[in-house]
Amino acid sequence: MPAPSPRYTGPAMAAHWIMAVLILVAFPLGVYMQDLPLSPDKLKLYSYHKWIGMTVLLLFLPRLLWRITHRPPAPLPMPAWQHRIAESTHHLLYLLMVLVPLSGWLMSSAKGFQVVYFGVLPIPDLMGKDQGLGDFFLQAHKLLNFALLALVGLHVAGALKHQILDKDGTLRRMLPFGQ
Amino acid sequence: MPFRTASLALAASGLLLTGTAQAIEYNQVDATRSSLAFTSKQMGVPVPGSFKRFNASIAFDPARPTAASTTLEIDLASIDAGSREANDEVVGKQWFNVKAHPTARFVSTGVRALGNNRFEALGKMTVKGQTRDVVAPFTFKQEGSGGVFDGGFVLKRMDYGIGEGPWADVSAVANEIEIKFRVVANAGPAKK
Repeated sequence: MPAPSPRYTGPAMAAHWIMAVLILVAFPLGVYMQDLPLSPDKLKLYSYHKWIGMTVLLLFLPRLLWRITHRPPAPLPMPAWQHRIAESTHHLLYLLMVLVPLSGWLMSSAKGFQVVYFGVLPIPDLMGKDQGLGDFFLQAHKLLNFALLALVGLHVAGALKHQILDKDGTLRRMLPFGQ
Repeated sequence: MPFRTASLALAASGLLLTGTAQAIEYNQVDATRSSLAFTSKQMGVPVPGSFKRFNASIAFDPARPTAASTTLEIDLASIDAGSREANDEVVGKQWFNVKAHPTARFVSTGVRALGNNRFEALGKMTVKGQTRDVVAPFTFKQEGSGGVFDGGFVLKRMDYGIGEGPWADVSAVANEIEIKFRVVANAGPAKK
């Protein structure tokens, strides 16, 4: 039996799972909250959603810097086309980790509702109030989110395929425990 | 000396009366240049809004501010609360209940001079059938033949039942609503 592949570094794992949880909470929250009739709960959910999004954006830069300065474990054996898909998926996921919260931030600014992080720290608006642009960024935010959903689906499907079908122990590389 | 004091007071009031005769009253409100804005805080987010239609009648003489009086009537249905969704909501029963209470009214009971063109209007604010005392500091600036009144005060929405039921939750929409007004008024003939 070959020696198990090395793991990702601790900070890489932490960033991966923290981002995963944040995205998996923010996405359904975003889908759910927008159809609610206006109520105090709706205002609260919108705020929570925005705080989560800003957290993702905030974590992105250190995560990217860590990724650039730390080589991840070598890819597991797989056909070249699968490797290309995996790599493209990772690149696009990184791109959307920025574009999704950024489009939400732009939408908030254009719609005239500033983001106030945790209700205390005002985040500067990226533009003045503009109803037309607000609606545009709403559509952009939706579209980017469904792209993100598709990519996360592909990413998870790939991981499960490696874990269950190839039995190559791909998951433990991203987990701090297990053999 | 009581007698002396009295005569001084008489002399003073005589001066004031003379002043009135020549004084200008800024009583013709320029609706297009006047504005009534407010800022609510929703989850800590300042959300600006305004009322598009309001009537103000002002009798103000900078030389005799204490004699000033004003009535402000706000057409509550003309509210812009920051978004279409909010506009639809705030005219409803739990907020302004515009059907039953279409106007809000401020009637001054007095004006105090604070010096340096700064004043304080005292009065009664009536919204949604509730009347409360209000103190609104403002400044007065002469501008050509007219005058500009700039001021504001903090209105506690729960004093008037603005936002009932679930909206009574002040952690979502803060109790304090910051009101800012700018009334541009031209001098008209002094009323007596």
